[in-house]
Amino acid sequence: MKKVFSDIGSIYKDGDWKTRLSYLVMGFGCLSRGQIIKGLLYLLFQVAVILYYVIFGWHYVSKLGTLGTVTVQKVYVEGSKFPINVPGDNSMLILLFGVMSLLILVPTAVIWLANIRSAGNVQRDVDDGKKPVNFLVDAKTLLNERFHITLLSVPMISLSVFTVLPIIFMILIAFTNFDKMHQPPAKLFQWVGLSNITEFFGSNPLVTTTFTGILGWTVIWAIFATFTNYLFGMILAMMINKKGIRLKKMWRTIFVITIAIPQFVSLMLMSKMLAKTGVVNVLLLQWGWIDQAIPFLDNAAYARIVVIIINMWVGIPYSMLITTGILMNIPRDLYESAAIDGAGPIKQFTKITLPYMLFVTAPYLITQFVGNINNFNVIFLLTQGGPKSLDYYQAGKTDLLVTWLYKLTVDEQAYNLASTVGIFIFIITGTLSLIVYNRSGSVKREEEFQ
Amino acid sequence: MIVTGTQKKSLGIKARSRIANTAIYIILTVLAIVWLLPIAWLIMSSLREEAGAYTSYVIPKGFTFANYTKLFTDTTLFNFPRWFMNTLVVAVLSCVISTFLSLMVAYTFSRIRFRMRKAMLNVILVLGMFPGFMSMIAIYHILKALGLSQQLAALVMVYSGGAALQYYIAKGFFDTIPKSLDEAALIDGATKNDVFWRIILPNSRPIVIYTAITTFIAPWVDFIFVSIIMKDNYDNFTVALGLYRMIERENIHNYFTQFCAAAVIVAIPITLLFIKIQKYYVEGVTGGAVKG
Repeated sequence: MKKVFSDIGSIYKDGDWKTRLSYLVMGFGCLSRGQIIKGLLYLLFQVAVILYYVIFGWHYVSKLGTLGTVTVQKVYVEGSKFPINVPGDNSMLILLFGVMSLLILVPTAVIWLANIRSAGNVQRDVDDGKKPVNFLVDAKTLLNERFHITLLSVPMISLSVFTVLPIIFMILIAFTNFDKMHQPPAKLFQWVGLSNITEFFGSNPLVTTTFTGILGWTVIWAIFATFTNYLFGMILAMMINKKGIRLKKMWRTIFVITIAIPQFVSLMLMSKMLAKTGVVNVLLLQWGWIDQAIPFLDNAAYARIVVIIINMWVGIPYSMLITTGILMNIPRDLYESAAIDGAGPIKQFTKITLPYMLFVTAPYLITQFVGNINNFNVIFLLTQGGPKSLDYYQAGKTDLLVTWLYKLTVDEQAYNLASTVGIFIFIITGTLSLIVYNRSGSVKREEEFQ
Repeated sequence: MIVTGTQKKSLGIKARSRIANTAIYIILTVLAIVWLLPIAWLIMSSLREEAGAYTSYVIPKGFTFANYTKLFTDTTLFNFPRWFMNTLVVAVLSCVISTFLSLMVAYTFSRIRFRMRKAMLNVILVLGMFPGFMSMIAIYHILKALGLSQQLAALVMVYSGGAALQYYIAKGFFDTIPKSLDEAALIDGATKNDVFWRIILPNSRPIVIYTAITTFIAPWVDFIFVSIIMKDNYDNFTVALGLYRMIERENIHNYFTQFCAAAVIVAIPITLLFIKIQKYYVEGVTGGAVKG
């Protein structure tokens, strides 16, 4: 960053009028010194940005402060019986395109800077009596010295459009009153400051209870889902790995098959199997084990246990797959000396295997924990968050923060609350991910491999 | 397996391990049955002659392949062949695009040191932490503004748009390719572009296959984004969304067995592909911690 500003300053100081004019008219330095194509490209870019702002962008940027003031008006024109709709502002589009227009300024600044540097370079070349660099030669550096620019431009553009812009948009929505009652263009929405956030912390009792309830369950769920899968997956892997067990590959494949089946198929099937009239209840009734159907998914306590158990069905094969290789890496002599000292299998597991595995797979565990906080599929496909609860605002007893976010968005159009939930999820998962990131060896030892 | 102290001493090591192994075989068999039961039930239901999701018995009264054939012949309400083709087209296109995008990003971050590198890595890391569908409403309106809402092209863009976020598995792999290879080539006058195409990519076949297959599978299993983008444009549904609709309350009785048949058809290729890439999957998740 520092270098950028010092460049801007020093090029201006050392530049003649042609270079200095490039600060205002992009490409002028290049054009006036014979780099016609390059100069034209810069100039064209500048014209395009200005035209974009004049025709389209400024209209939206200028209204960002108010998010629009005029709704659709019905106007009676003389001689006509029916009113004509005169389109007004649309808060949603103002926010979306306003942010987009501001985002465009970022690449614009980068290219403007490149333009100044080009102007400075070409001036230096000409002053030194060299010929200005030919455009083709210049373009070829995009395949070598500046290859990263070539490679990154397209991915970064798509990332900006489909990830950065939507995320900024949704973060901003959390500070507006964009909900069911404020759907543009019929009704506009406005900035409301922090009032959505305070709704989660007391100012709206229903939302607050829902939030604390769901947050608590999300954490309990994530802990259970992560550790049951991890522990039992590891035990399964150890059983298959054990010396003397044959057909190792077949056993592994049996469990891996269940990973490969799309979750929406297997989980929806499970939810049908566990329904009151589903096959599980039918069997249990037939065998006479129960007198009446068990409400697996309709009773809050049952449903919570059931989702954790079903999640084991989903997740154990994964952790089996992951831990298999690591388990084989544990030095054999550790076990041998432990056996000589008289440690039994259980002691060996708790004193050698578990500590070793926890140490090696800590990043994987935290990633899993984060993944479970955001485990949309298992909850949504199994229970859809249900059983519904009257104590909760648009949520059920097995809803996680993510599924609540989804419901608020799709069913309720309470975008403001949904966005706020999204920000909370981001804070939780972000903090945890940062811990992983800082701990994981592959980041610290990045250069060692090469 | 209760073994008392005196017995334990009298048993040899071999015998003891045989008992343990037998116990493990029994446990593994039980677990395998538990894990395969839902799949068995899926296949059985797909062959069931009688309609309905809930039956008061377990073994079907009659077996038939009609559920499979009807998927392709009776397309008035649920146009499975069309959805299948939609998904295939979307999957192939987004697979090609996102494979290239993520490999390009992975190569750049693995091999090239440039000024904004660390900053960009951090930004991408942070972006990846937002829940994906927090942004779906914005994406819907962006696509609408581009005139692409409810189009298959929109789906391709959504599935491959975030590809840059998925760079790290390939980057981890590229990091293990010795840098001396590139340097030798660069001294011989190759450009970094040549290095990418002629050295890195040919040496990374496993990771190219892994990236391609995972991105190919995504459109087959996602139903969230597709439901937001397609709304009720039945013609442009993908298989996942179509199947989801098949077992909504008003359809489930008539279409449940067909749903099972369709699920089997979709699951078979995905299962085969996944079994092929499971090794790379493990390496990807553990960040290369497993070398065994």
